[in-house]
Amino acid sequence: MKSPRRYTVLAATAVAAALALTACSSNGKGSGDATSSAPAGDQKVTITVAGLLPTADDAAKKQLADRVASFQAKYPNITVKPEDYNWLASTFTAQLAGGTLPNVFEIPLTDGKTLIENHQLADIDKYVKALPYGDQFNEKLIANGTGDDGHIYAVPAKSIYAVALHYNRNLFKDAGLDPDKPPTTWDEVRADAKQIHDKTGKAGYATMALDNSGGWQLAAGANSRGGVIEKFDGTKYTATLDDPAVKEHLQWLHDLKWEDKSLLDRTDLGWGEINTEFAAGNLAMYTSGSDVYNALVQANGVTKDWGYGLTAIPTSNGGGALTGGTMAAVTKDSTDAQKDAAVKWIDWWYLAKLQDKDQAIADAKGLAEQNPPQAVGTPVLPIFSKENYQQSQEWIKDYINVPLDDMKGYTDVMFTQNLVPEASASVQDLYAQLFPVVQAVISDKNADIDKLLKDANAAGQSAIDSAK
Amino acid sequence: MTTDDVVLTKFPTGTGKDRPKPRRTPATWVRRGGLTALLFGLPALLIFGIFSWWPIVSAVVMSFQKTNLTDPAVWVGLDNFKEIFSDPLLPTVIRNTAWFALLALIFGYPVPLIGAVLMSELRRRKGFYSALAYLPVVVPPVVAVLLWKFFYDPRPEGVFNTVLGWVGLGPYSWLNDPHMAMPSLVLEATWAAAGGTVIIYLAALTAVPAELYDAAEVDGASVLRKVWHVTMPALRSILLITLILQIIGTAQVFLEPFLFTNGGPNHATLTVMLWVYQLAFTSIGNRYGEATALSLLLAVFLAVLSLVYFRLTRSWSTS
Repeated sequence: MKSPRRYTVLAATAVAAALALTACSSNGKGSGDATSSAPAGDQKVTITVAGLLPTADDAAKKQLADRVASFQAKYPNITVKPEDYNWLASTFTAQLAGGTLPNVFEIPLTDGKTLIENHQLADIDKYVKALPYGDQFNEKLIANGTGDDGHIYAVPAKSIYAVALHYNRNLFKDAGLDPDKPPTTWDEVRADAKQIHDKTGKAGYATMALDNSGGWQLAAGANSRGGVIEKFDGTKYTATLDDPAVKEHLQWLHDLKWEDKSLLDRTDLGWGEINTEFAAGNLAMYTSGSDVYNALVQANGVTKDWGYGLTAIPTSNGGGALTGGTMAAVTKDSTDAQKDAAVKWIDWWYLAKLQDKDQAIADAKGLAEQNPPQAVGTPVLPIFSKENYQQSQEWIKDYINVPLDDMKGYTDVMFTQNLVPEASASVQDLYAQLFPVVQAVISDKNADIDKLLKDANAAGQSAIDSAK
Repeated sequence: MTTDDVVLTKFPTGTGKDRPKPRRTPATWVRRGGLTALLFGLPALLIFGIFSWWPIVSAVVMSFQKTNLTDPAVWVGLDNFKEIFSDPLLPTVIRNTAWFALLALIFGYPVPLIGAVLMSELRRRKGFYSALAYLPVVVPPVVAVLLWKFFYDPRPEGVFNTVLGWVGLGPYSWLNDPHMAMPSLVLEATWAAAGGTVIIYLAALTAVPAELYDAAEVDGASVLRKVWHVTMPALRSILLITLILQIIGTAQVFLEPFLFTNGGPNHATLTVMLWVYQLAFTSIGNRYGEATALSLLLAVFLAVLSLVYFRLTRSWSTS
């Protein structure tokens, strides 16, 4: 180790080693064996599609396999290969950049516009418009998948939700509370959470705090209190992460944690983790999308007699329930034949059951007759229209197996409650700024909420500005 | 220039003028085995070039660009570096990374050394204890982290909280407490990595002549004095190498903060490499350029650190 040349080699090696560890993979090519640019027709084509959550049970897998088999029977030239799929902010962009997404993949409603502007989604306009209901989508929803050129790049597919309050009826009973009278204000939620904690020793309330889901739920809390995390004046988007309603909700969480001791002591709960804790009976109440019962059944073994309850998120000061949902999109590098096949699959797997009675019944029957049965009839907001939604629910009424009586707190108001759309610009970046604030407030008794929100807002605005 | 080099260069003088220089033609190059050597080396060169150097060069280029990996990249000069230096998170991630490295140095560096010295003193079942020490290394890292997450359960019935509860301590929040999160990560990382270093030290210890210990024993040296005056000098060069490798490794720590806390709570465990990942892959705003710029800065810093380290420790090394 004496000659200068060896130092040079050493330096180069160190740079090489460090960079090799940080180097990104190059953009890959999607799967599929179609090579021409012609629509599928009778040509053999293979597509990969987003399937179930990685934790899905055997019954859900069988139901998907059955639907794939019937799809391939109808379109013998198309081979469908489902892949486990769970949209996570921490992995989605890596999959997108690495070219490892399936041909048909799912994205949050609000990410559509950004991905279209970045030219990261395939144009599926002509295939969607060729569907018999191609022009009947709820306009506000399909706008999220439509580019400035008027073309459709993604379609609302499932889980169009309003954030709601999920609760464990058994813990309510154990604490001497009436599970048929769930709380309707945040003060009541706090009081019930404290009573549950004091009487049962279980956490009365929990909040997501991991990754962007923590920011998402803080935004939902702020929306319910009449605040927003972003404003648009017609020309410019402004981050408002320091909105008084955001602070009010954080202070409420702080008081649950440090005064009442009724908040679950976890800063590492994301969407999936909080479902697991809830299903394990470790917490009494939390907020998430109104459709989360499907996942609780599919991945966490919750059954109709488990004691699940659903009610509307409490609102005040003209606030409302944050809405969102899932869109289906197609990878940019798909061939025309794959795009054609992909939209046929989107129709088959997500949408036809809302338009066609036979499809609706086949889908519901398939889910209900699994062992254990999968959820049928979980309340969601309509992809097309209220009438269409109610009609589809009527078609499958014999197979509905979710505890609708225990969801009345939500279903009674789902079409009348005030709904708040998610922020439009850089929403994931705004959530990314908010979740550390949630973590700070529930892990540090002396957290300076004002300063945290001021800093988060500056960073959020910077993210909005740099995305332009 | 080494002594050997001097001897070799002196050898031809005096007779060189009289001897005809052999002509270096492609034919002689081939005849002397140049082509064969090249053919043997080509696959390795190609693989190294494609899978190692090409990504490195691409990363360097990308650090001067704005790209979303779909649209054509735009050359932005030093903007990505300016963005990184003006980001309020930069001091936090540097502080966190340094804190992890320091804790790992204080707790993680001596542990394998002590373990190896103790094991080398054993007369029986040395292999068994070596295997025991190495066991955590063969546990897949993700599995190890999941296991330790279970240990760090913040509820009173969590594994560590239960054990500490027996002596009246806790319960602690572990990963959910901004002050305890980083030490918790270091504890697991030390457990996971110590076995590999123990094996290296054990191998080095076998090279220490037994006579030195015998001589020290005859002189009445205690165990500690034997370790200090015989073992440590013998391991000096190995210790210096493992120290710089540990510093480089801990400066690039990613796995533990990513899997345990994803940088939380409130950025308390956000390290440089995790931030690189988050810049690149958790924002649809396409900050690949900034991510690669930060990677480049880290690489340059580690290279300079290595150079300074080897220069400073040159006189201590036995090589």
